[in-house]
Amino acid sequence: MVHPNIVVDYLLAPLQFGFMQRGLLASVLVAAICGILGSFVVLKRLAFIGDALAHASFGGVALAFVLGANIYLGAFVFALATALGIGAISQRGRVSSDTAIGVLFSGTFALGILIISRVESYTTDLFGYLFGDVLSITESDLWTIAALGLVVLALVGAFYRQLLFVAFDPTVAAATGIPARALEYLLLALLGATIVTAIQAVGIVMVVALLVTPAATAYLFTSRFHHMILASVVVGAFSALLGIYLSYYLDLASGAAIILVATALFFVTLALTGRKLSARRVAS
Amino acid sequence: MNKALEIKNLSVAYNGRPALEGITFSVPKGAMLGVVGPNGGGKSTLLKAMLGLVRPQTGTVEILGHWVDRRVRKLVGYVPQREDVDWNFPVSAFDVVMMGRVPSMRPFRRPTARDRELVWEALKTAGMERLSDTPIGGLSGGQQQRVFLARALAQEAQVLLLDEPVSGVDAPSQHEIFDLLHRLQGEGKTVVVTTHDLSCVAERFDLALLLNRRVISLGKPEEVFSPELLNEAYQSHLMVLEIGGRTVAVEDGTPKHRG
Repeated sequence: MVHPNIVVDYLLAPLQFGFMQRGLLASVLVAAICGILGSFVVLKRLAFIGDALAHASFGGVALAFVLGANIYLGAFVFALATALGIGAISQRGRVSSDTAIGVLFSGTFALGILIISRVESYTTDLFGYLFGDVLSITESDLWTIAALGLVVLALVGAFYRQLLFVAFDPTVAAATGIPARALEYLLLALLGATIVTAIQAVGIVMVVALLVTPAATAYLFTSRFHHMILASVVVGAFSALLGIYLSYYLDLASGAAIILVATALFFVTLALTGRKLSARRVAS
Repeated sequence: MNKALEIKNLSVAYNGRPALEGITFSVPKGAMLGVVGPNGGGKSTLLKAMLGLVRPQTGTVEILGHWVDRRVRKLVGYVPQREDVDWNFPVSAFDVVMMGRVPSMRPFRRPTARDRELVWEALKTAGMERLSDTPIGGLSGGQQQRVFLARALAQEAQVLLLDEPVSGVDAPSQHEIFDLLHRLQGEGKTVVVTTHDLSCVAERFDLALLLNRRVISLGKPEEVFSPELLNEAYQSHLMVLEIGGRTVAVEDGTPKHRG
C-alpha cells in the first residue's frame, strides 16, 4: 500500500523548479490547443498539411533567430504563407494539393537548414525547435503560447457552428450561403497558429503527432463532434502531463515522452473499442 | 412573380468539354419536377450550376424572382449525392438538421429556442424525431436522406433541390421519400429531383425535364416520355418498349460516370 503522501511528493517534487512548472504548464496548454484543432485535422484529413506547416515554420524560426526577431512571429508568418501558397498553387489546378504541399514545405524547411548551417554557434539552440525543448521555455514564451491559445479558442468558439457545417458538408454549406472558402482558410490559419505554439514543446518534427494522435484516440470512442473535441483536449493534456513527469523521473526527452504516451493511449483505446469501430464501418 | 426557377441560356463546361449547353427553362412555384437523362448528361451539374457551385460560362439563374445571392440561398435546400458526404463524421441526426439553422445564425451565437423548435419540427416532418440521437453513420440510406431533407426544412427552404435522393436506397424507403416530397409540395414547396427512376417520375411528378447536355424536352411526364424523345435523350443507352399501351424504359448497364 503506497502512502498517499508519497504520491503527492512524487507529483510535487518536480514543481519546485521554475523550468519544470513552465514546461508542464506550456505542454499541457499546447496539447489542449492541439486537441481542438486536431479534431478538424483528423476528420478533414489534414495531417499532411499540418506536418508541412510545422516543417515550413522552421524557415521562419531560423530567419527570426538570425535577425533577432520574435521566433513565434517568424514561425507563424512562414506557416501562414505556406498555407496560403498551397491553396493558391493547387487552385490553379495544374498540380494537386499534396504535390504543392510537398514542394513548398521541403523548400521552406531547407531554407531553415541552410540558415542554421551558416550560423554554427546557434545550432544547438535551434535544434531545440526541431526536436522540442520544453524545459527551456521562458515566461515570455509561456505568455505567447497562452495568447495564441486564447485567439484559437475564441475563433473556434465564435465560428464553431459554421466550421462544423463546412467540415461535415462543404458543398451544402457553400450552397446555403456559408462562406465555405473563407472558413477553410480560417481553419488553415488557426492550424498554423496552433502548430507555432507547439514547436517548442514537442519540436517541429513531432508536432503533427500532438495534433493527430489525441484526436484520433478521441474519434474512437465519441460520436458527436463537440465530445470528440473535449475528449481530444483531455487525452492530449493528460499525455503532456504524464509525458513530462516520465521525462523528469526517467530522464527522457520530454517531447518524445509526451508523444509516446499519446501513442500508447491510442493503441490501448483502439484495442478496447475494436468492436465499435467495425460496427461503424458496417453501418457506413 | 410565381416562378420558382427561371434559367436562361445556361452553359457549363469542365476543362473545355461542354457539360450543359444553352439550358433554358422555368419551373412554376409549387411544382414537382423530375430531371432525368443519361449518365453524364449533366443532371448534377444543372443543380450545382443553379446553386452557383460551378461557374457557368453563359446564362443566368433566378430563384424565386431574384439573383442567387446570400438571402436567396437560405431559401434553397440542397440534398447532395450520397458519395459527397463523409458518413463516419461524428454527428448525430439532430446535429445534421441543426446545420440547416447555421445560415441564419451569427458568429458567437448559440442556437435559440426557435432554432431548436424548427429542428424538431423538421425531424418530425421527416419522421426522424425518434432517431435524432443516432450517429448519422448508423442510419440506413433512406433515413440518411430523410435527415438531409429535414436539414433543408429546418433551413426554411422554399425550393428543394435533391440530387439522386433514392439511388442506393431500398424500395420501401424510396416510396417514403417520395411521399414526403409530395406532402412538402402540398405545403407549397417547389421540388426538383434528379433521378434514374423514369417510372417514378411518370407516376408521381407533375413535370419532367429530359436532359442530355441540352434540354431535350420539358413538360408533363406523359408528353415528355415518348419513345422518340427518350431515344433522342438516351440514344442507344435506353431501350424503350411498348408493352400493353404502357411505355417501359430500360437503361443499359454502362458503367456509371457522374457529370
